Amino acid sequence: MLMGYSFGDLGSIMAMQGFAGLILFSVFVLMALGLAVIFGQMGVINMAHGEFMILGAYVTFLTSRLFTTYLPGAFGAYFFVAVVLAFCAAGLAGMAVEWLLIRHLYRRPLDTLLATWGLSLILQQVYRSVFGAREVGVDQPEWMMGAANLSESIQIPINGLIVMALTTLIAVAVYLLIFRFGWGKQIRAVMQNRAMAGAVGIDTARVDRLTFGLGCGIAGVAGSAFTMIGSTSPTAGQLYIVDAFLVVVFGGTGSLIGTIASAFTISQARSTLEFFLSGSMAQVVVLLTVVGILMLRPQGLFVLKVRR
Amino acid sequence: MGVLNRKDLLFIGLLAALVLIVLPMALEPFRLNLVGKYLTYGFVALGLVLCWGDAGILSLGQGVFFGLGGYCMAMYLKLEASTPEATKIQSTPGIPDFMDWNQITELPLFWQPFHSLALTLIAIPLVPALLALVVGFAMFKRRVGGTYFAIITQAIAAILTILIIGQQGYTGGVNGITDLRTLHGWDIRTDHAHTVLYFVNAGLLIGCLLLGQYVRRSKLGRILVAMRDKEDRVRFSGYAVADFKIFVFCFAAALAGIGGAMFTLQVGFMSPSFVGIVPSIEMVIYCAVGGRTSLLGAIYGALAVNWARTTLSEAFPELWLLALGSLFILVVVAFPDGLAGIYRKTFDPMLDRLLPWLRRRPSVHGPAVLPAQPIASAE
Amino acid sequence: MTDDIRSSLRRRSLMQGMAGASAAALLPSLLPGAARAQAPATAAVNTTGLAVTDSTVTVGILHSITGTMAISETGSVEAEKLAISQINAAGGVLGRQIRSIQEDGASDWPNFAEKAKKLLVNDKCAAVFGCWTSASRKAVLPVFEQYNGMLYYPTFYEGLEQSKNVIYTGQEATQQILAGLDWVNKTRGSKTFYLLGSDYIWPRTSNKIARKHIEGHLAGCKVVGEDYFPLGHTQFNSVINKIKLSKPDVIYAIIVGGSNVAFYKQLKAAGVDLSKQTLLTISVTEDEIGGIGGDNIAGAFACMKYFQSLDNPNNKAFVAGFEKMYGDKSVIGDVTQAAYLGPWLWKLTAEKAGSFDVDKIAAASPGVEFKGAPEGYVRIHENHHLWSKTRVGKALANGQYELVYETAELVQPDPFPKGYQ
Repeated sequence: MLMGYSFGDLGSIMAMQGFAGLILFSVFVLMALGLAVIFGQMGVINMAHGEFMILGAYVTFLTSRLFTTYLPGAFGAYFFVAVVLAFCAAGLAGMAVEWLLIRHLYRRPLDTLLATWGLSLILQQVYRSVFGAREVGVDQPEWMMGAANLSESIQIPINGLIVMALTTLIAVAVYLLIFRFGWGKQIRAVMQNRAMAGAVGIDTARVDRLTFGLGCGIAGVAGSAFTMIGSTSPTAGQLYIVDAFLVVVFGGTGSLIGTIASAFTISQARSTLEFFLSGSMAQVVVLLTVVGILMLRPQGLFVLKVRR
Repeated sequence: MGVLNRKDLLFIGLLAALVLIVLPMALEPFRLNLVGKYLTYGFVALGLVLCWGDAGILSLGQGVFFGLGGYCMAMYLKLEASTPEATKIQSTPGIPDFMDWNQITELPLFWQPFHSLALTLIAIPLVPALLALVVGFAMFKRRVGGTYFAIITQAIAAILTILIIGQQGYTGGVNGITDLRTLHGWDIRTDHAHTVLYFVNAGLLIGCLLLGQYVRRSKLGRILVAMRDKEDRVRFSGYAVADFKIFVFCFAAALAGIGGAMFTLQVGFMSPSFVGIVPSIEMVIYCAVGGRTSLLGAIYGALAVNWARTTLSEAFPELWLLALGSLFILVVVAFPDGLAGIYRKTFDPMLDRLLPWLRRRPSVHGPAVLPAQPIASAE
Repeated sequence: MTDDIRSSLRRRSLMQGMAGASAAALLPSLLPGAARAQAPATAAVNTTGLAVTDSTVTVGILHSITGTMAISETGSVEAEKLAISQINAAGGVLGRQIRSIQEDGASDWPNFAEKAKKLLVNDKCAAVFGCWTSASRKAVLPVFEQYNGMLYYPTFYEGLEQSKNVIYTGQEATQQILAGLDWVNKTRGSKTFYLLGSDYIWPRTSNKIARKHIEGHLAGCKVVGEDYFPLGHTQFNSVINKIKLSKPDVIYAIIVGGSNVAFYKQLKAAGVDLSKQTLLTISVTEDEIGGIGGDNIAGAFACMKYFQSLDNPNNKAFVAGFEKMYGDKSVIGDVTQAAYLGPWLWKLTAEKAGSFDVDKIAAASPGVEFKGAPEGYVRIHENHHLWSKTRVGKALANGQYELVYETAELVQPDPFPKGYQ
């Protein structure tokens, strides 16, 4: 006996707590990956990232409505359709934004930040006008909302497992795309030396547009996944964006591995501390540590050795 | 002395006439108080011109400094309002009401200095400047700049907001510090007090404007611009680039702190909603609309955007966000030099033709050479 | 001829900015000699320069319709507009039609203060219906006291406040909390409680009161855990594990806003079955269930003063009126109903006082009864809060609550409860 709890209890709690940490890690990676791809590869901070996430969430909402109305029999599988649609919708919207807005500002990285912030305000108001100011309830099929019983007392949330699976899938896909395929070579070439990449015949404008679209598409998938664990409202993007920024900043830029490592560190610290402290205190401790480390290592955990 | 030429004098005089004579005569007390509130953002915008326009350092955390200055003032006013007599229904009389609600029985140590007005007045510019010093030292010494610096300042703004909200026993939490009454025995809530504070605020703002102009016209100001345009060139010429950046960042922070304190006095409370990401970015847009390389433009920008916000949100609340968002995009894409840019392109040459005796001495900020886009880092 | 009158009346009513009231309904109040004859002279009912004319009186509506709080405050705006249009259709207040000016607080507290001042100083509103969060109320309170305005505040809140210039139409903390705890202890035999809350003044104060009541007034009961989360927190897996470990009889949850959705979805996903685990909340109204999803919260108990499903004639008429104006899928929560009370209480008070003057309204408020309240019968207490019944409802999968308990008598409001501070 320890603190009045049996060892069996403590064992299952530790197992469940381990999963809680992993789920939080997956959520962070999913949130931050799109942001990191765009920032790392293009040097552009997409302040409308949260709003692209919510676009994915609303697409999921609409898909669930469509399925309830026209295909109630296939409702159990609607989510997978929704994820794909969310990726396409957010990705296409991202490419449109790149074409209309971002490409005029590549020589002014600070200005893209302001322009995308303006975009996020507009998107919030558009969502409010279209879907109403209230939260919308996104119905999930029954099988997704339950818990998997690993043993008598160990229960793992199924939606958490789905988030983990999605995150793994996306992370592996992004890795392959950027480091194993020809297109990734082009992205990296443009990132390292835009002029030279253009000179050897790479269509840099096209690479930029696709990269931005990819980042936004990942945001859409994240938004779609978060309908399982959080709320969908015009301003819900703001709930996630702070964490996403922290993960990217803490991880250091230009390094996807850094983003993942930072998501892992922050999520484990937060989930462990939340178990022992109050939720608020845990966040304060984590944030203060992050600030402290940023003061000592302002470039973040992992830095590409580029002389500035 | 070379700090102000004839044209500067003319335009600063015009601004002074506008805020000190025209507006007070034209507006009723309620609207004048609102203008006073807008002008407090002018302090932040001035700092941003030096920081962002001249030195190319975009800080998205100016709200932090504005908030710190405001909180310093608010803490003093709150202590003055929380006399043992006024708070006798509390379990612990004599401490601010929100502390009592959070079962705090003793005034925390960091509140103690704010019993003194003198210490408070010192703290208002100093606390923000010290934080800026720490951040600036950590960042600029390691050559962190550009977009990355911007998002770190933003992260700091987010973190500080969460800390203030989370530590509600010490800070008033999400409600902020409310119900402020008197400044050293003088009731700040009356219309008369609002008018007096308006003039103090406007006078201070013009003073800060002159100070900013002095900094820009000094050798320091030229080095800042040179740094923005080609940092390495300045570094290789033997200047300690980081020190100049740290100085201008701290200067901007101190200005923002003064603005925050004036805000608290005129509005009567301070809340964490000024510290966060949203107000910080809005403050940048005031500066961008006015023209990021023009001190006068920044003040007009703060006035214009806030006036538009009040008018639009009274008439069409739903449209306000769309309008603000579009303004951001429009200014950034089409008018990167803001109002001042439009003036310089169209009206300034006209003015020179009409009134040749006003012609400026050529200077780094002169109208003939449109400043290059501030490209801070990376490339 | 009649058509002419009607069309001119319609134009006039439109010019007065009133929504939803048909021209025919306005007929009596605008015809000379009919209701107007009873309308007292403007000079008599308005001695302090409020915006009152011979035929209209101006009030303000001050809520967030943009920003993060728009999610919650939309319902209150709708209810206040409904009440105003119904009052106008029934002849107005003291023979005058109500004209409303709406301002957006934009989820930003200083902005609330600015707009409150505008409504009082610039527009001379006779009363203002508005605010939702404690922070916005704290921001506007000094403005209302300084410029002597009248605020009708609809949200259930933490208490510790009382002002001449505010009528609190929602419940204060002890009204909302104590009866629910007694009920859960008596009928379900619950002994151990786990307190949860978002980290700001209302949940903290409410949990403090709950803890004192549990430990001091309920025999053999104890609090086994207490946790707070930043506003907007979306990850609850760790605390859910903590709850599982301490196995409380009751989870007592005061989580607000978007966090609510995350908490209940994750609770369900973690295998906590609300039909077996008792969960009592004071922060989830029908409005919030819309975002959470009825399936995810079915079985939980909520303790407040109003549910949309209440079975009484007043409420049936109210719900029907609401659905007629805003569509038949409308959800109405506790705060929305409390917001609806505001204009009615103000009308009744003005008629009792025979004046729009704020001082007279404030003085006449205690004792004002509203027998047509959807929640039943309410009366204003000397401390400007409402006497009201406290009810416990059980959440159903269709997003509604089913009434399972209500106090026999009206509960007295006690914003400064002795022994609970």
